[in-house]
Amino acid sequence: MREPALIRMLPDGRRMHLHDGPIDLIVEANGAPQAVSAAYEAAERRFVSILDELCGELPLLRQAARINSERPRGAVARRMFAAVEPYCEDCFITPMAAVAGSVAEEIIETMTAAADLDRAYINNGGDIALHLGDRQSYKIGMVERPDHPSLFGYLEIISVNPVRGIATSGWRGRSFSLGIADAVTVLADCASAADAAATVVANAVNLPDHPGVRRTPAREISPDSDLGDLQVTRGVEPLSQFEIDEALINGLRAATQLREKGLIHSAALCLQKCVRLLPGLTMKSECDRRDGFPRLRAPEVHARLELAGRTNPHA
Amino acid sequence: MPDVFPPDTVRCDACPVLCYIKRGHAGACDRYANVEGQLVRVDPHILLDRAKSQGTPLVPFLEREGDWDGKIMKGQETFVTAIGAGTTYPDYKPAPFIVSSEVEGVDMVTVVTEGIFSYCGVKLKIDTDRHLGPERNLVRAQGEPIGHVTTAEYGSQMLSLGGVHHLTGGSKSEGRVTCETLLELCNGKEVELTIDEGASVRVAAGKPPVVNGQREERMRVGCGSATIGMFAKQWFGKVDDVVVVDDHITGVLSEHQAGKLLGVRETGIAIQGRRSTPGRYFQVAEPGTGWGGTNISDPLTILKPFKPKFAWPHLRLLMVSTTGEQFAYYELDETLRPVEKELPEALKESVGRIRENCEPALTTVLFMGGAGGSLRAGVTENPVKLTDSVKRKLTRVTCGGAPAYIWPGGGITFMVDVTRMPENAFGYVPTPALVAPIEFTLKKDDYAVLGGHVDYVRPLGDVLKEKERQRQLISHAQNPWPLKPHAGGDES
Repeated sequence: MREPALIRMLPDGRRMHLHDGPIDLIVEANGAPQAVSAAYEAAERRFVSILDELCGELPLLRQAARINSERPRGAVARRMFAAVEPYCEDCFITPMAAVAGSVAEEIIETMTAAADLDRAYINNGGDIALHLGDRQSYKIGMVERPDHPSLFGYLEIISVNPVRGIATSGWRGRSFSLGIADAVTVLADCASAADAAATVVANAVNLPDHPGVRRTPAREISPDSDLGDLQVTRGVEPLSQFEIDEALINGLRAATQLREKGLIHSAALCLQKCVRLLPGLTMKSECDRRDGFPRLRAPEVHARLELAGRTNPHA
Repeated sequence: MPDVFPPDTVRCDACPVLCYIKRGHAGACDRYANVEGQLVRVDPHILLDRAKSQGTPLVPFLEREGDWDGKIMKGQETFVTAIGAGTTYPDYKPAPFIVSSEVEGVDMVTVVTEGIFSYCGVKLKIDTDRHLGPERNLVRAQGEPIGHVTTAEYGSQMLSLGGVHHLTGGSKSEGRVTCETLLELCNGKEVELTIDEGASVRVAAGKPPVVNGQREERMRVGCGSATIGMFAKQWFGKVDDVVVVDDHITGVLSEHQAGKLLGVRETGIAIQGRRSTPGRYFQVAEPGTGWGGTNISDPLTILKPFKPKFAWPHLRLLMVSTTGEQFAYYELDETLRPVEKELPEALKESVGRIRENCEPALTTVLFMGGAGGSLRAGVTENPVKLTDSVKRKLTRVTCGGAPAYIWPGGGITFMVDVTRMPENAFGYVPTPALVAPIEFTLKKDDYAVLGGHVDYVRPLGDVLKEKERQRQLISHAQNPWPLKPHAGGDES
């Protein structure tokens, strides 16, 4: 029985909760009251058909994206495909890798098209789309494990930063991961790009053939998973500091490449309470930088992260 | 779509993703899972924390962060509800959670399970004086029959929805729509119902009903005529005439039987509209959202000129609506025209009293279900003994921590006010049937006597350690604490 989409204001009266099947969005907009309600109404109207649109093309969206793939038709599905397309020659990736970020992005664009807002965010289970008007900012908490929302640091994004999308991926999250990262948080131009990149970087944080990593073909857990017979991570035993570093360096290497291609602005990678940062993010508190990538033992140290590029939006 | 699945894979139809879910796993949303081959909703298992002080609203806590040391919460202050507990139905085996805790020196046991109810329904009380439809006519949702109009009660109309015949006895879509509507109502959502040869209503538990697009605000204390009857004595001597403006029956004190009995003098007042009996007028104006459910904003528009034969200068006139929300006070000038004046102190009280007697119009949703044999078998090896224990009030029945009213007679047939249960406490299975939480709390000694599954009793501390899927809520301030010994099994 098809449950209808749930649309409600949260008890604080400011945030809106949109829920439909596996999609769960928290929406908040700031601005003039009429603008906020116009934006919420537009978000509602757009939201109710999104899941059905996506499901109409689900078989296609679950197939590996290739340069010559058939392009999906729906607006959200096109965002998904565009977000994963840069990776499709180098690795197996399906448009589903960017579904959460693409939904968030579709809603935020609907809202900003409908009304003039000071700022707004859509949080789709940790994949976040932002709108920042002139001189606006958001302070964003970062978690080291998506299943245990304990913050390891905060990040402030201000309007002159180019970041409008933030996404987090890891094997403990709701989607499957091929890697062993607890959480990889990526900052990008938009939410769909951040979502795809977070998936790719989290997959790269890995120790291939390590006996302490338990893996299962995705299909054995979820028969219709887009990952088919690929081995997804189901458990990671406690690793030595050397192994943690090795896995994180694998991820940092991949992330650095994405940054050089201009696909992302920065990233934070977390594995068993170790956090490493890509250039672009700097730690305000004291940390160890022996190999050039700031290292933080979380959550003992709570850090304030600083994003570079405050003065030049195109840095 | 995909190849061949193990035989106990289920396909979830709660959303268009239509996940295939293997036994023991959840779908993409993490909200529905395959439990023993049955599709079951698996939202976080809800625990209630006893409110520290009365009056604390039901507030969901975030999932606890950090490690649980087992000491933060004293045992007697946490009650494990059945919401999200799952069920062992249809197997004959112990309920998913049988939890022991010591309360005021007494060892208590709570048997916690989600029941699958094909025999269930909703009793709806809609506070309205509007005619919703003839008694016994069908109530429909999305065009499907899901219940019927039953008796009208004082100021309210009762509807009976669901029940096994609509859930499983009709067409497939009748069952589906019935299940969907009951689920929405029980989870506090608004639904739209239409009544054959009657009105269309939008209702949600604890909210004012909307009848044919019009929202009911307050229950009238009575019609205009009844209001005259109730307050005539309080007005006598303080004012010369009173008009209670009402779309149904507008009342006039000086002409009304109640005024005559008190000896109220004729005032020469003349009212627009159709006179029914002395002092009672129909159709003084069109229906609307103004005074007393009419379309008027200036009450003088329903008055014709006073008759000079009876009226006198300085005559005092009160006009008030049936809910007391609108009122105006006039005195006649030398030409017998009403001039508005400030309401005298002596009349303020009576207007206030009309208002305070008009209670907010609400919709009440009572879930009604019967605990079948296999559900009871999850509690005890001898199901009839549970019935007996409940009837003797040794066992208390709660639904998500809310008190349940147990019907006298055979079986365990209960009713519960859904607004006293935590949010989204109900689920469904595609059978179709509703999934409702149910908890049985009794003394550990009594549990052993009735043949309970004592080997499966686990201390509360153990259950609390499994914090992965648990969510803590503050219990509803009006609910008696379910673990309190000897609080009685009845509704408080």
